[in-house]
Amino acid sequence: MAAIEAEKLRRTYRQTSGFVRRRTKTIEAVRGIDFEVNEGELFGLLGPNGAGKTTTIKMLVTLLIPTSGAARVLGHDVVHSARTVRRNIGYVFGGDRGAYERLSGLDNLRYFSELYGVPPKVQKRRIPELLELVGLMGREKERVEGYSRGMKQRLHIARGLLHDPPVVVLDEPTIGLDPVGARELRNTIAELAQAGKTVLLTTHYMYEADALCDRIAVIAEGEIVAEGTPTALKSVVADRTVVEIEAYGLPAGALERVRASPGVTSVSVEEREHVQLLLVQAPKGLELTQQLLGCLGDVRVGRVAAREPTLEDAYVSLVTGS
Amino acid sequence: MHVARLIAITWWFQLKQSTKAGIFVFTAIIEPLIFATLAYYLFKAGKQPGTLLYAALSAGLMGIWSATLFGAGGAINYQRWQGVLEPLIAAPPPYLLVLFPQTLAASTIGVYSLTSTLLWGRAVFGIPLHFVHPVAFLLAVAVTIVALGVLGLVLGSSFILYREANALSNMLEFPVWIVTGAIVPLSLLPGWVHYLSWGLAPTWGYRAIRAGALGGNPWPGIGWALALAAVYLLIGEAILRVFERRAREKATLSLV
Repeated sequence: MAAIEAEKLRRTYRQTSGFVRRRTKTIEAVRGIDFEVNEGELFGLLGPNGAGKTTTIKMLVTLLIPTSGAARVLGHDVVHSARTVRRNIGYVFGGDRGAYERLSGLDNLRYFSELYGVPPKVQKRRIPELLELVGLMGREKERVEGYSRGMKQRLHIARGLLHDPPVVVLDEPTIGLDPVGARELRNTIAELAQAGKTVLLTTHYMYEADALCDRIAVIAEGEIVAEGTPTALKSVVADRTVVEIEAYGLPAGALERVRASPGVTSVSVEEREHVQLLLVQAPKGLELTQQLLGCLGDVRVGRVAAREPTLEDAYVSLVTGS
Repeated sequence: MHVARLIAITWWFQLKQSTKAGIFVFTAIIEPLIFATLAYYLFKAGKQPGTLLYAALSAGLMGIWSATLFGAGGAINYQRWQGVLEPLIAAPPPYLLVLFPQTLAASTIGVYSLTSTLLWGRAVFGIPLHFVHPVAFLLAVAVTIVALGVLGLVLGSSFILYREANALSNMLEFPVWIVTGAIVPLSLLPGWVHYLSWGLAPTWGYRAIRAGALGGNPWPGIGWALALAAVYLLIGEAILRVFERRAREKATLSLV
């Protein structure tokens, strides 16, 4: 039996504007997606901002009712058996909000233990274990408002695990964390999977999904555009090469010229401090460097290199449909 | 057993976290003292010294309602701002078992209002604190706290569905003071208001508190306040269930 199942899961939001003449706009956040997560699997839902990841998660943890379709956690319907689903799922979301700020981390954990019906004797053992696991031991009596963003996110993880749920859902848990904090958190997530828990992770960090997930579904504009192991997804672009060009101030129209250049299959730009990094995908074996530099005109160019495609390139290719 | 424990712990947790807010000092202690001072001079101007304890009690009861009204709605909005509302809803117990003790905690904070008002009246204006039926007075206060907490639950449930329900709180503070007889005796109000008053549990609680303090039979008031509180609890549970589901349909649990 799959631990998590989504069948034609769809969710729309209605937005109204205007005072006298009310106008209603319907936004399709999730457009009838299907996926399954097996027991003990670490499954990634990967997509850009606004792709529908958080909406999907909120339907699975019973915070949103689907517009149509169905979802089940351990066989329990998320609408009709919401309370059973809630008992079996640990929900951890990213960001620094989500705790009683004026109280201590320990107070927060104790209260949520009560909410999840953890017996007092078990609380005495489990809370210190979890504080140790997330690295908050020694800081648990401080008010949460004094915690760093990373500490707050680690507190969320501890809270999500209080009732030892078989299914853990993590919504962008490393967002905004410093590199060391993010790496520690990834180690914690990997340990959860090793402990036999089913983990559903949403992220838009490719390396995170690549390093952690057994399988990944790529979601874009509310639809799943690809699903498979990280290796299988990389094979989407295995027949391509990626040319990276550092440009100092791309002139208007240069990007369009690169995109229209013969042989180019996909182009994306990463804005860095003083430089734009142009990532151009093209069929393997095709020498495009001079042609691309010609498209850029007089712009000052830094490093130029060709490399093998990564999961990130596969992702860009999938979400841009190129 | 688990339900009773959860209610007790949530009540205590909410009290603890509310009293850590600086604004608590103003709303629960300072504001009633302002009411008490004004009431003292108003009643003194009326040249009826025997009603000074009545005035002090009235100011305290106004403070209890304010604390409940703003505490109940404020608790949900605070949770929404802090991002805690979603984890609370996503937890297994029905949200009633979380919200009811929270509104109960808000009305319990009102006890500070009543106590500080009475002590202020005694210390500053020399109002004698002589209670005719002290035990019945304390029981009436406890029952009124429960009645107000349940009324707060009914009103507070609107905050689940509507992010801007504060307007409702602001609108309800003064009318409930009047209709429940917290400010002036009900006998001074038009006849049709009495029907409204009788449907409000705090009216009976206030009546019992006054009977306990100033003389009269407090027991009918206590009985009616409890009975109406039980009815409110049923209404609150039904409204909350509907509003929680609507909030999950309309996606109003989070801030954005």
